[in-house]
Amino acid sequence: MTQIRATHEIHGRRLSRNIGLGIVLVAFVGIVYGLTIAKVGTDPNDDLGAPWAQAQDKAAK
Amino acid sequence: MSDTTILDQDRDAGFGDYFALLKPRVMSLVVFTAFVGLLVAPGAINPFVGLCAILFIAVGGGASGALNMWWDADIDAKMRRTVKRPIPAGKIEPGEALGLGIALTGFSVIMLFLATNWVAGALLAFTIFFYVVIYTMWLKRWTPQNIVIGGAAGAFPPMIGWAAVTGDIALESILMFALTFAWTPPHFWSLALFVKSDYKDADVPMLTVTHGRRVTRNHILVYTFALAAVAIGLGLTSIGGPAYMAVAVVMNLWFIKGAIDIWRRTDADSEADSHLVERKFFKFSLLYLFVHFGMLLVETSLTPFGLGGWS
Repeated sequence: MTQIRATHEIHGRRLSRNIGLGIVLVAFVGIVYGLTIAKVGTDPNDDLGAPWAQAQDKAAK
Repeated sequence: MSDTTILDQDRDAGFGDYFALLKPRVMSLVVFTAFVGLLVAPGAINPFVGLCAILFIAVGGGASGALNMWWDADIDAKMRRTVKRPIPAGKIEPGEALGLGIALTGFSVIMLFLATNWVAGALLAFTIFFYVVIYTMWLKRWTPQNIVIGGAAGAFPPMIGWAAVTGDIALESILMFALTFAWTPPHFWSLALFVKSDYKDADVPMLTVTHGRRVTRNHILVYTFALAAVAIGLGLTSIGGPAYMAVAVVMNLWFIKGAIDIWRRTDADSEADSHLVERKFFKFSLLYLFVHFGMLLVETSLTPFGLGGWS
């Protein structure tokens, strides 16, 4: 019976690729979320942006 | 399991190999100059949007790097400097590089457009097209002026950064483009004068090979004068100022002096001191570009204190 052998170097490279891609995808989700907040959240006519616009007004005064 | 599959597995690339396709070292120049273009532009941009814009510009630059490596895999395999790139090293299939390059091109252009505006997105798309199609596919193997054309592609990032904020093209952003554009030939040709290259083996026409080193020295001088005119002209615009100008005058005089020294030398002089003047000129050229863009940043950061710019 063949024994399961220790991790081959290939597996290390594959792992690095999988983890790397995972990080990239999570970062992309974060970027899209952040962009949404940044762009939608600064529109004074929008529910999300109204508090921000008020804060800006206050700061200006 | 057949032998073929074992071989295929052996070629499995790690994450770093894909990252290497994006030419991370070139990317650092792209990021820095795009960052300066974005910060010196009049008007405001949400800091997070600005950060994302820089990231997308960098990814777009990376995409053109991957497409360049896909097209140039044959010549990369013939030159010592490039033989270890992922494709000639056998780690990544050419088709994979092509796929990654196209995917990242679409991704970066669309994301930059969505995050900022269509002018910035279109400029990024044009930059990638210019670098990959005009430079890599068409002119690189055809004309010894290839460096000049390639330099143009590398010069776009500050214009894209500027457009990300203003949605426009202006004299200032064009002059920032012209600065890197005119800087590339003296920078690269001075390197070509002292590095023994194997471009000849790869059939890439380099000025030193096709027209000789004398002509290369002449070219360096002419482009250095053009560069000085651009650098000083940039200082007279709204993003320049006394601090930039003072530094620019000194650096350009020094650079011109170096170019004249190179121009007056013969190859015998150059061999005698193992290309000392050329080496110094090349090293200084790196500092030159960094400091010029850096001084534009200084002018912008002095403005809130009433010290930056001309007014």
